[in-house]
Amino acid sequence: MLTVTDLSVAYGPIKAVNGISFEIPRGAIVTLIGGNGAGKTTTLQTISGLVRPAAGVIRFNQEDITRLAPHEIVARGLCHVPEGRLVFANLSVAENLALGAYLQRDSASIDRTREHVFALFPRLKERLKQTAGTLSGGEQQMLAIGRALMGWPTFLMLDEPSLGIAPRLVTTIFEKIVEINREEGLTILLVEQNAHLALEISSHAYVLETGQIAVAGASRDLRDDPRLKAAYLGG
Amino acid sequence: MSEFLQQLINGLSLGAIYALLALGYTMVYGVLRFINFAHADVFMVGSFAGYYAARHAPAGTLWGGLAVLAAAMAACAVLGVLIERFAYRPLRHAPKLNVLIAAIGLSLLLEYGVQLLFGATPRNFPQVFPSARLQFGPLTVSSNQLVVIVVSLGLLGGLQWIVFRTRLGAAMRAVSLNPRAAQLVGINLNTVVAFTFALGSALAGAGGVLYAMNYPSIDPFMGVMPGLKAFVAAILGGIGSLPGAALGALILGGAETLVGGSAYSTYKDAIAFGLLIVIMLLRPAGLLGRLTVEKV
Repeated sequence: MLTVTDLSVAYGPIKAVNGISFEIPRGAIVTLIGGNGAGKTTTLQTISGLVRPAAGVIRFNQEDITRLAPHEIVARGLCHVPEGRLVFANLSVAENLALGAYLQRDSASIDRTREHVFALFPRLKERLKQTAGTLSGGEQQMLAIGRALMGWPTFLMLDEPSLGIAPRLVTTIFEKIVEINREEGLTILLVEQNAHLALEISSHAYVLETGQIAVAGASRDLRDDPRLKAAYLGG
Repeated sequence: MSEFLQQLINGLSLGAIYALLALGYTMVYGVLRFINFAHADVFMVGSFAGYYAARHAPAGTLWGGLAVLAAAMAACAVLGVLIERFAYRPLRHAPKLNVLIAAIGLSLLLEYGVQLLFGATPRNFPQVFPSARLQFGPLTVSSNQLVVIVVSLGLLGGLQWIVFRTRLGAAMRAVSLNPRAAQLVGINLNTVVAFTFALGSALAGAGGVLYAMNYPSIDPFMGVMPGLKAFVAAILGGIGSLPGAALGALILGGAETLVGGSAYSTYKDAIAFGLLIVIMLLRPAGLLGRLTVEKV
């Protein structure tokens, strides 16, 4: 569904991503793991059009989307839930969700999607009028995912959904990610520092190290890979 | 007392013009986080556009006046969009200092460009709206002042409606809160920025005509002082805040007129910049602005 070929991204003289290629089949959960500064976030930002690549091709449903603007990519059903969640802090939960449906015109189906998001995250319904900035980190993450779902994506990219969130909520959020994948058939690209969790729910994994893919394979195999154990899974 | 009320009305009409200008500064700052120093010259171009449009409209009639106003607004909206497209968009990812330098250069370009095309001699702005003096007890209100206040209120109301009730308005607010997140929900950043420039410049164009009606001598450098004052008003109210810009402008217009009508009238212009210093010391975020804290 998403094919990335020889992607390189540079910030001035610094190469953040250096010739990576990977493929994500429809309906899968694939994870991109790696340490700080490995190039995970840059990769997602390049796919969603926020950052321009120096070289390489990104194809989504066979179409070359490498040079498209972010809003054109969202319109094709590829949604990015960014690191740090980036909810609209001064707006209410309801307004945030409404903005998520910015490209949708049919109010009946917007309402249906909203109900669906509430079913997934009942907490959001309870806090509908609350300002997003006053939500807890976990609730903000739910809102960020909910906001992305309001845009009817077929492909969801999640950047560090566990970052800065109470451990109990991390489990909830990961369960929901699996639920979104299984029940709605959304394809998911998950970027995580928490390699344990990411390998548990994904089918395939790519390990990024200093902008390059160091290890790739089925998540089940990587869980026992000695190289990964030493570096990311705490021995 | 009646003297005070009279000055208050004068201040209100001056403040209303500052508000129209200040909103442009604050809106552009809201979405792009820089001060468009060429904005004052868009205001000046608005006066000139009004001056030329007035030749083709029946003088001294309500409809003629409104047509002149609309023509100036349209001309400025187009100018604003062109400025953004060709001067600022290429610098979108450049350091803010480069953008600032471009803005100052653009300001000079507009001033001297208009001087080259139309000459430096001040021109008399025609009476585009019907002229009358209305007497409310001891208070005298010129119809021009009334037009300024009514038109400004109408435009502010219209802006409020656009920003809070329309899809593009919602997109503007989203971009000003977080441009990245806005793009990720499918908002076209370029459209929103162009729209913001069109809107702000149209208001400046209206301001140019209204200002010229009350101070009916226009020249290529007429925008400088009102532009600086409106900039101060935007800072005073809290840059990025629309109600703040309007409030700051009314305070500034009022204060300036009151001082202008007193024994210290020579210090009239010092008021604006004195206020700027005071607000910077006491409340750098402005009256209605808030220092945003990012949650981690």
